[in-house]
Amino acid sequence: MKKSLWLILACVLALSLAVSGCSNSSSSTGKEKDSDGSSAGKGEDSDYVLIYGRGGDSDSLDPAMTTEGESYNVTDSIYETLVQFGKDNTEVEAGLAEKWDISPDATKFTFHLREGVKFHDGTDFNAEAVVKNFQRWSQSKDEAKFAYYPSMFGGFEGDESHVIKEVKAVDEKTVEFTLNRPQAPFLKNLAMSPFAIASPTAFEKGEDSLAKNPVGTGPFKFVSWKPNDIIDLERNEDYWQEGLPKLAGVKFKVIKDNSARLNALIKGELDIIDGLNPSDMGKVEADKNLALYERPSLNTGYLGFNVEKEPFNKKEVRQAISHLVNKEEIIKNFFEGTAQPATNPIPPSVSGYNDAIQDREYDVEKAKELLKKAGLEKGFKMDLWAMPIARPYMPNGQKVAEALQASFKEANIDVNIVTFEWGTYLDKLRAGEASVFMVGWNGDNGDADNFLYTLLDKDTIGSNNYSRYANEEVHKLLIEAQSIADENKRNELYKKAQEIIFDDAPWVPLVHSTPMLAGSSKVQDFVPHPTGSQSFIDVSVSK
Amino acid sequence: MLSYTLRRISSLIPVLLGMAFIVFFMIRAIPGDPAQLILGQQATKSSIEALNKELGLDRPWHTQFLEYLGGIFQGDLGMSLKTKTPISEEIWPYLAATIELSVVAMIIAIIIGVNAGIISAWFQNSWFDYTAMVLALIGVSMPIFWLGLMEQYIVSLQWDLLPTTGRDNIRDPVEAITHLYLIDTLLNGRVDQFIEVIRHLILPGIALGTIPMAIIARMTRSSMLEVMRSDYIRTARAKGMKMFWVVYKHSLKNAMIPVVTVIGLQTGLLLGGAILTETIFGWPGIGTYIYEAISYRDYPVIQSGILVIATIFVLINLVVDLLYAAIDPRIKYK
Repeated sequence: MKKSLWLILACVLALSLAVSGCSNSSSSTGKEKDSDGSSAGKGEDSDYVLIYGRGGDSDSLDPAMTTEGESYNVTDSIYETLVQFGKDNTEVEAGLAEKWDISPDATKFTFHLREGVKFHDGTDFNAEAVVKNFQRWSQSKDEAKFAYYPSMFGGFEGDESHVIKEVKAVDEKTVEFTLNRPQAPFLKNLAMSPFAIASPTAFEKGEDSLAKNPVGTGPFKFVSWKPNDIIDLERNEDYWQEGLPKLAGVKFKVIKDNSARLNALIKGELDIIDGLNPSDMGKVEADKNLALYERPSLNTGYLGFNVEKEPFNKKEVRQAISHLVNKEEIIKNFFEGTAQPATNPIPPSVSGYNDAIQDREYDVEKAKELLKKAGLEKGFKMDLWAMPIARPYMPNGQKVAEALQASFKEANIDVNIVTFEWGTYLDKLRAGEASVFMVGWNGDNGDADNFLYTLLDKDTIGSNNYSRYANEEVHKLLIEAQSIADENKRNELYKKAQEIIFDDAPWVPLVHSTPMLAGSSKVQDFVPHPTGSQSFIDVSVSK
Repeated sequence: MLSYTLRRISSLIPVLLGMAFIVFFMIRAIPGDPAQLILGQQATKSSIEALNKELGLDRPWHTQFLEYLGGIFQGDLGMSLKTKTPISEEIWPYLAATIELSVVAMIIAIIIGVNAGIISAWFQNSWFDYTAMVLALIGVSMPIFWLGLMEQYIVSLQWDLLPTTGRDNIRDPVEAITHLYLIDTLLNGRVDQFIEVIRHLILPGIALGTIPMAIIARMTRSSMLEVMRSDYIRTARAKGMKMFWVVYKHSLKNAMIPVVTVIGLQTGLLLGGAILTETIFGWPGIGTYIYEAISYRDYPVIQSGILVIATIFVLINLVVDLLYAAIDPRIKYK
């Protein structure tokens, strides 16, 4: 009996050795292939195909028909906009338009387009193409399809609030935009990923054709898309900028789990990854083959009050609660330090940010004093709405809510934490059902208007002004700022508005988070853009 | 036999109809509006209403359900709300990825699980038996998430033996024909890629196969122990037959019935339950497909995806039932 046990074990051992022998030999062939792959990149980096690892797939490659960041991450390399954002900021630079003139009353924008630009399908890029793109969006009158257009340009053609009166091709290379009224962030809006210019030949084939077969003028051309797996782009050999792009291609690979994605980066299967766990930062820093990237913040996570509800209709109560929030602790414990405390609704990277405002410090005594003023020194009970899902500006709403619950207790405020599924949560916020809630905002175009007007103007109650904050003076300032083209004058108005908002305290701004990315140290010139997506046009890989 | 099979297949129809009904109404009971989730936080009320109308979600439930059923009978699984592609077109690559992974996981699980069970029973109460059963106990309760990450860390990063994630080498992708990469690489005549695909299958295969492996090992052992105590085994041994043949020929055949049942159930479970493994290993499978659909409230994809998995599950069980007769001729179906 014993003998046969040994015999079987010997067989099993032999078998497993044979198997591992197999895997060994196959792994060595695999390795050869790996080094083959990268030897293409050795010496001449221009053959290198960069692989970008991310947590989710794109939902459409037609930027006008999506609002999703993972889509822009890809389309930014395929398409280009008339004007574009700076490499690491939201200042407007020349894009497909070489230069532009603005009429004194800021209602006429004349764009002079670049010569010799062609779409990937061979169609000429010209004034006519620009006009057709704008017609496609403005005449669709379909908010379900083109969601961004009406929200950035005040509606569709024929709507009373529509900003763009006419888009006209003056000649082959000149386009003239006539506006119904001045719109200060107009250029910034044009620079947004959704308003990239696509080939009219392509979208005239059918409205949805771009979604799976994108055709733009950008540095990379679309090759293939395996859903939930990989999107493959290759260099546009006829790109209009000499010597660009530097990479032979870019592939976007989906690996859902953050740790697994980092493992794949360490193994060398990926070149850049986003969604790095803050707790893995040390691991990346310690590895000399890896580099850490920080995406500048264009978001705000905040605690909002419904100013129509008792007792939060009292300014003192809102200010008191502001004194009960220890932002530094929250950032240390729940963001692992990858965020900065927020004082204003807009992040500091946005032009017009008021850095003169001193934040309310964490001070329980002051809070109690203010509560006493409001006649609530005995404390009260409240519901605190915690976000059910992770967002860049709030990775763990539930835990932060518990921390707030503990610190509010010190001023005798009893907090009951409530939550709903995300879609329902937003519906209820919009309907004004919550009294105190956690939520946040990712900026679209890097303009102060996109935060202050969108989130805190009386016009937006019922949509994104969940606080139902209506201040006539703020409203006047914001509307005036919308119609001034002079950046400095606008900034003055926004600074004033921030002061009033700070005093009224409809929110406790919590954090501006800075998402972390990691990459191979061989990658050069990769700069994460604050808007959340960037082109790979001048990224290169050494050796 | 044939009439039994036909009867079994026709009895699938009410089962699947019931499934379709339950899934259809259950997902609509989850709060959350697909239009809101598709359009994101920036969406306005009117755009949400417009999209709901376009997707036909503003109509009464029963109308939607009847339309859905009508579609299924014509082989139309519906259209994904998110990608606007017919589901019957887009589901196969995901399903193929999961089938390939599940088959490999089951092969690993069966080979190791059945043999470990047999040897444990054969040498009951030996150190092998104790070790194997402790390992099986650990295996049953193994958190797949942790196991997968550990595999990557040790086998890929420390030992540098196997790739961490994916189905193929990203820099040298497999050209899909059937979407079963083991077959596609051979059809393309790429033996190097075939080996590469196998290397990519090993770690997720082990991660996914661990729990079924442990369950199969325990089931095989207990079933074998029972059979080996029976009279005919003693007779066989009394005749002087080699112990190896007694175990692997005479005992195993009779011990296999419960084991095959377990194998069938586990295979079905793997199809839908591969989501954790898929998440860790960047595997674009059916679990990921349905999971994504749930977070998007992509109703048609959830409905049809679950229906497809349920159908496969039921079919596997049918095959298992038919296998009983092949294993044990005493079992007859009329």
